Amino acid sequence: MKASKNLYGKRFFLSVIMAMGLNILPLSNVLKSLNPDWVLLVLIYWTLTVPERVGVFSAWMLGLLVDVLTGRLLGMHGLIYALANYACQKFHRRLRVYPILQQALFVFFCLLVSQVMVFWIESIQGTTGLTWSFWLPVLTGTLCWPFVYSGLRFISLMGNVD
Amino acid sequence: MIVVLISVFLLAVEHRSSRMDNTRSILSVLIYPIQMMVSFPVELAEQAYNSVVSYEELKKENVRLKEKRLVDNIKLLKFEALENENIRLRGLLDSSFKLGEQVLVAELLSVNLVPYEHVMVVNKGSRFGVHEKQAVLDANGIVGQVIRSLPLSSEVMLITDPNHAIPVQVNRNGLRTIAIGGGQMNRLNLPFLPNNADILPGDLLVTSGLGGTFPQGYPVAVVDKFTAQPNKPFANISATPKAKLDRIRELLVVWSDSTPVPLSSPEKESSQNESK
Repeated sequence: MKASKNLYGKRFFLSVIMAMGLNILPLSNVLKSLNPDWVLLVLIYWTLTVPERVGVFSAWMLGLLVDVLTGRLLGMHGLIYALANYACQKFHRRLRVYPILQQALFVFFCLLVSQVMVFWIESIQGTTGLTWSFWLPVLTGTLCWPFVYSGLRFISLMGNVD
Repeated sequence: MIVVLISVFLLAVEHRSSRMDNTRSILSVLIYPIQMMVSFPVELAEQAYNSVVSYEELKKENVRLKEKRLVDNIKLLKFEALENENIRLRGLLDSSFKLGEQVLVAELLSVNLVPYEHVMVVNKGSRFGVHEKQAVLDANGIVGQVIRSLPLSSEVMLITDPNHAIPVQVNRNGLRTIAIGGGQMNRLNLPFLPNNADILPGDLLVTSGLGGTFPQGYPVAVVDKFTAQPNKPFANISATPKAKLDRIRELLVVWSDSTPVPLSSPEKESSQNESK
């Protein structure tokens, strides 16, 4: 049992690091505005799969790292990820048995709420020049969810024969 | 819920002051490997390209660069004489002359922070003495300014960022104004000039040195469109940055020494120039 927990930990870290890399991938201008928040998607997946392992606090720490990574106000993603993690903890029993489309709907709302919070915090900071393409990552993130889900599911079940 | 409170507190503190800089720099060291990892394939591709470039091409480039160097050297010869003359004339006028600047070459990390901001990450940080509000140049003109320096890297806001404004001056007649980023890689706006301002398409805009962040006299942009708006107080003017903002890999971080030179010691100034 201990070994499998360790295994999960390793996979969690690897996938989170991959997601952070994807978040800051240098892309062309069009793709750039479509790039979703991969870390949040990965976090949602792991919270749904092993809710007892991914707590609010680790989500918050992860958010702080993402804040530093993307040069945002410290605590912005921390707040968002902690809230998303809390919502997932609350509903994980139901969400786990939902079909993938219904899950995607939930993910859509998570991403939307997170983007709204980013919008608020950026507005408080006085950022200008937010265009409609600011909201595109919510859509692309939702579209990516089935792939993230099946990909991470494959990874997390890999090696678990039983 | 405690976590939410802590985050809100953090947000408030960081918004108001720079007290969290230490935390941020500690975390940034953890993050740096990820940035390197993302940036690595691009560098690898570049190296691979460099190693397969043909001998002929290299030879051609070498010849071209040598010619360019010759031309630049001749220009520099003249420049030195002009600079000395400038110092002499300013001495006559009893005004001070600004020291030459020191520069550090920094390389771009190929990472992209958020799509709605024009912020780049470079691989020189506070360990090299880079600090906030330093001007950043490339070979053609002003690129932007350092907005945050972390131990191993720093973040540079480009002049085209919609939140960025730079005090400029028309090189032809000294007309001063402010250029604001347009949110596109090739666009600056000059929103504060009246309809009868003496500015033409093709005018070179240089930094005016007001505000103290940017050293004076570096090229910023070329005016490309002037549209008078008779029903509004200000004209609609756009300009194209001189720096190749979407193509650069090497940047120069500038330490501009704003203390005036004592007019009697030009040799100190020439040694500064050599240290470039």
